[in-house]
Amino acid sequence: MRNCDIAIIGGGPAGLAAAIAAYDKGVKNILIFEREEKTGGILKQCIHNGFGLTRFQESLTGPEYAARFVEAVEKRNIETLINTTVLSLSNDKTITAINPTDGVFTVRAKAVILAMGCRERSRGALNIAGSRPAGIYSAGTAQKYVNIKGYLPGKEVVILGSGDIGLIMARRMTLEGAKVHAVCEIMPYSSGLKRNIVQCLDDFGIPLYLNHTITRIDGGDRVTGVEISRVDENKQPIAGTQRYFPCDTVLFSVGLIPENELTKGADIPLSPKTRGAVVYQNRETLVGGVFACGNVLQVHDLVDFVSEEAETAGRGAADYVSGGGGDKAPLDVLNGQNISYVLPQKIDKNLAGDVKLFFRVNNTFKNCTIKAVSGDTELSARKKKIAVPGEMETLILKADSIASAYAPITVFLEEEA
Amino acid sequence: MKEKRSLTCVECPMGCSIEVETENGVAVSVKGNSCPRGKLYAENEIVCPKRVLTSTVRAASGEMIPVKTSSPIPKASMLAIMQTINAVHPTLPLKIGDVLVHDIADGVDLVVAGCVETHI
Amino acid sequence: MYDCVVIGGGVVGGTVLRELTKYDLRAVLLEKENDVGMGASRANSGIVHAGFDAPPNTNKAKFNVAGNKMMPTYCADLGVKYRNNGSLVVAFSDEDKNTLHELKKRGEENGVTGLQILDAKALKTKEPHISAQAIGALYAPTGGIVCPYELTVAAIGNAMDNGADLLTDFDVEKIEKKSDGFHVYAADGRSVTGKLLLNCAGLAGGKIAALAGDESIRIYPRKGEYILLDRESGDYISHTLFFAPTKRGKGVLISQTVDNNVIVGPTAIEQDGTETTAEGLGYIGEKSREMCPDLPLYNTITSFAGVRAYSDRHDFVIEESATVDGLIHCVGIESPGLTSAPAIAEYVASTLVAKHIALKKNDRFDPIRQPDCFFKNLSTEEKNAVIKRDPAYGKIVCRCEQVTEGEIVRAIRENPPAKSVDAVKRRTRSGMGRCQGGFCQPHIAEILARELGIRFEDVTKSGKGSQLVREKTK
Repeated sequence: MRNCDIAIIGGGPAGLAAAIAAYDKGVKNILIFEREEKTGGILKQCIHNGFGLTRFQESLTGPEYAARFVEAVEKRNIETLINTTVLSLSNDKTITAINPTDGVFTVRAKAVILAMGCRERSRGALNIAGSRPAGIYSAGTAQKYVNIKGYLPGKEVVILGSGDIGLIMARRMTLEGAKVHAVCEIMPYSSGLKRNIVQCLDDFGIPLYLNHTITRIDGGDRVTGVEISRVDENKQPIAGTQRYFPCDTVLFSVGLIPENELTKGADIPLSPKTRGAVVYQNRETLVGGVFACGNVLQVHDLVDFVSEEAETAGRGAADYVSGGGGDKAPLDVLNGQNISYVLPQKIDKNLAGDVKLFFRVNNTFKNCTIKAVSGDTELSARKKKIAVPGEMETLILKADSIASAYAPITVFLEEEA
Repeated sequence: MKEKRSLTCVECPMGCSIEVETENGVAVSVKGNSCPRGKLYAENEIVCPKRVLTSTVRAASGEMIPVKTSSPIPKASMLAIMQTINAVHPTLPLKIGDVLVHDIADGVDLVVAGCVETHI
Repeated sequence: MYDCVVIGGGVVGGTVLRELTKYDLRAVLLEKENDVGMGASRANSGIVHAGFDAPPNTNKAKFNVAGNKMMPTYCADLGVKYRNNGSLVVAFSDEDKNTLHELKKRGEENGVTGLQILDAKALKTKEPHISAQAIGALYAPTGGIVCPYELTVAAIGNAMDNGADLLTDFDVEKIEKKSDGFHVYAADGRSVTGKLLLNCAGLAGGKIAALAGDESIRIYPRKGEYILLDRESGDYISHTLFFAPTKRGKGVLISQTVDNNVIVGPTAIEQDGTETTAEGLGYIGEKSREMCPDLPLYNTITSFAGVRAYSDRHDFVIEESATVDGLIHCVGIESPGLTSAPAIAEYVASTLVAKHIALKKNDRFDPIRQPDCFFKNLSTEEKNAVIKRDPAYGKIVCRCEQVTEGEIVRAIRENPPAKSVDAVKRRTRSGMGRCQGGFCQPHIAEILARELGIRFEDVTKSGKGSQLVREKTK
């Protein structure tokens, strides 16, 4: 059995940033577990630009953004085990992993950072009727075929879901010579960023059908067409609104799900809302010494926020290793009216500093105020011209306002009368 | 002649809704932007919309290499420039920032924008 | 020249082929698809029925009860997962309750042992999630579960290991009966010749019979849709739960699978095709909630449909043709066909084939096949020994089901060889987990291209015409 101070599961943007932050806080004995041949995670296939505007004040491609962190890890000589899949994690922080050179082996860590990322919701989870021919892909799989492998999955495309990856792939496949006939979104609004609607769909004249879903997929060996229908307010297809598109490819961009199988195996409590672990502001889960960050914790829109969150977790883990992990003074953070979730779900009053709350609103709101209150006390408030579910919101709680709070903190959104 | 146009800024994830008033094809007032980049975006968008184009090239040895234009290029020329990009087959090794095509359009270069993935 | 030509690589053709290799016979299996187990054996409930459903003295009753008894050993030999989880037929009305007593009586007449009527309380103890409306159940302790395509692949693989041949993509177009036997021609020009012709063609059973000169066989399709739930919900139930049967069949069932998913279905529509429908999936959801109101249908990972082939006689047709000498039919194998298959195969070889060919035991026959999941069953030390010999066993390709590259390569190389992504999936479970292949499919396609020596563009999902990608970019 090997030992290390901090084991980081996942060498994507979250794992890399966490490793660097922990190292820079003085913990050097770090081990990153990466299941692929290279670190960088999903950024390797996100060849579009727009990454890093917050963090580096420039617009980088995914691989460029990743390269900055990969180089920083290399410079610090942080050990990375590539081609290594973690098979299980126990809540005494023992990791069982497998790779071609070491076989099956175990590592005992003082602290663990979960940074496994997320997966795409598949077609199967949606129970869409029809056949199961070739040509049905999640948008991320198509992205891997096009950007990493250099193959075009198909030439006539319909996309279900207007998540960012779906929008990005609409543009990408168009540039590579495919015809994207339609993007359907079951909600009345897109879950993707507005600028992606403009630069990925509008720029290429690709129609976006809001309040629409795919009601049937046809095809024997390969997809031959899809039927889409308008949906009512209960998301049920409306008879008579069908529209048919002959096509050879259907892409699904219908949401991301944090990959918490290892977390569940270690009996770490999860939030049903985020489908990630319940954490304190230092991103420590309810199992002491196990931290979580990035898309395994909550699905982010921007990698810049992933890096920020991972650094919080990295520093938290470093503190834990160097004598932290003392008693906590927990305060719950709850999502109130018009808010679908808030993270962190708990604040430890014994930890110093301001706390940045991350959350999403549950509908489109204009001219609204987002507030955090504890009992009758308003801790923080922020006016917004527009708030949409597709964009993660933040609110800062000052250290002194946290110190003054004794009742659970509730975040809610107030519409202007 | 005065005209009004509504735009969504693509400069950053905020996606500000911008109202532009134009006179004879030139922006005379820009409203709704949150930063100077938004103003510039709107002014350019009226005259000649430009975008940074990202894509891949296939190396002579088969690997796919991420590439981008070093600055925005005219939106209308993207598909034509893709033809040029698709014909580029550079030899490894390459690193981020290496110029693959000088002046691919409008004085803008095509540069390497990522580490190289191992081919199948 | 073969002694026996078996047409149809489903569970019946597969078990028949394996049975033939127990004797000194030259046997070949012809399959029209790119892989075996692609018809009814690809998508059904996977239930090893106890045998109380079929009327006494029918083929169904006879082979079901015999097959049920054979199944544990049969699966153990082939390394196929089998679980004796027991079945419950649940009653919701007094009428249902009467049916349970009829089923019990019928089952006992058929030779089913251990049948027991449970009251609501005893039922609730066995299955805590069962509806409060349930008033009792028939408990069949001999009921079990098995994976239908795993059994088919294993039986055919073992038959091939014992000397049988398999020809895939062999779409039979013409059959000529000549003095030396049956000449069977494929659409692509290939042909094989054999003394006896065994018609195990499932849905195409009537067509094959007619091509061979027997117009008497009529086979019809009945489509069934299913929903599969994530392994996370795997321990929601432990038994197979049936509604009391009606004239239309056994209805929607809920069962654990041997891979710890939960399967819900099927519908029963008199038509061909494997498309799911909004109505069908909705119906399954509705019926299954009647049985278990809090069934976690939100944990659905996929839905699919399969086709069962039934004969107009509404019983298995297992006999030599009345008009064509040497043509043996094993058709109309609807439920409980999976359970019955090993027993059908035994009868076909020892009685129907033996009538024409003096059977001599094959002394080299080895009934044992290493299970597809062998690597997962090893201890850490044993795994490490395997990885040391072949590092590919240390590389996880499918993260959801934890399938290694070594296991995938093995599935491509061993009998019957996997030639498509779906074929690899059926053998290794790669891509069957919660991400449904989103992450691993490109990698599996690469391994297939490399192992088969084909271009990446030519790798298929499931045989001809189902290429994964259209073309190389740039």
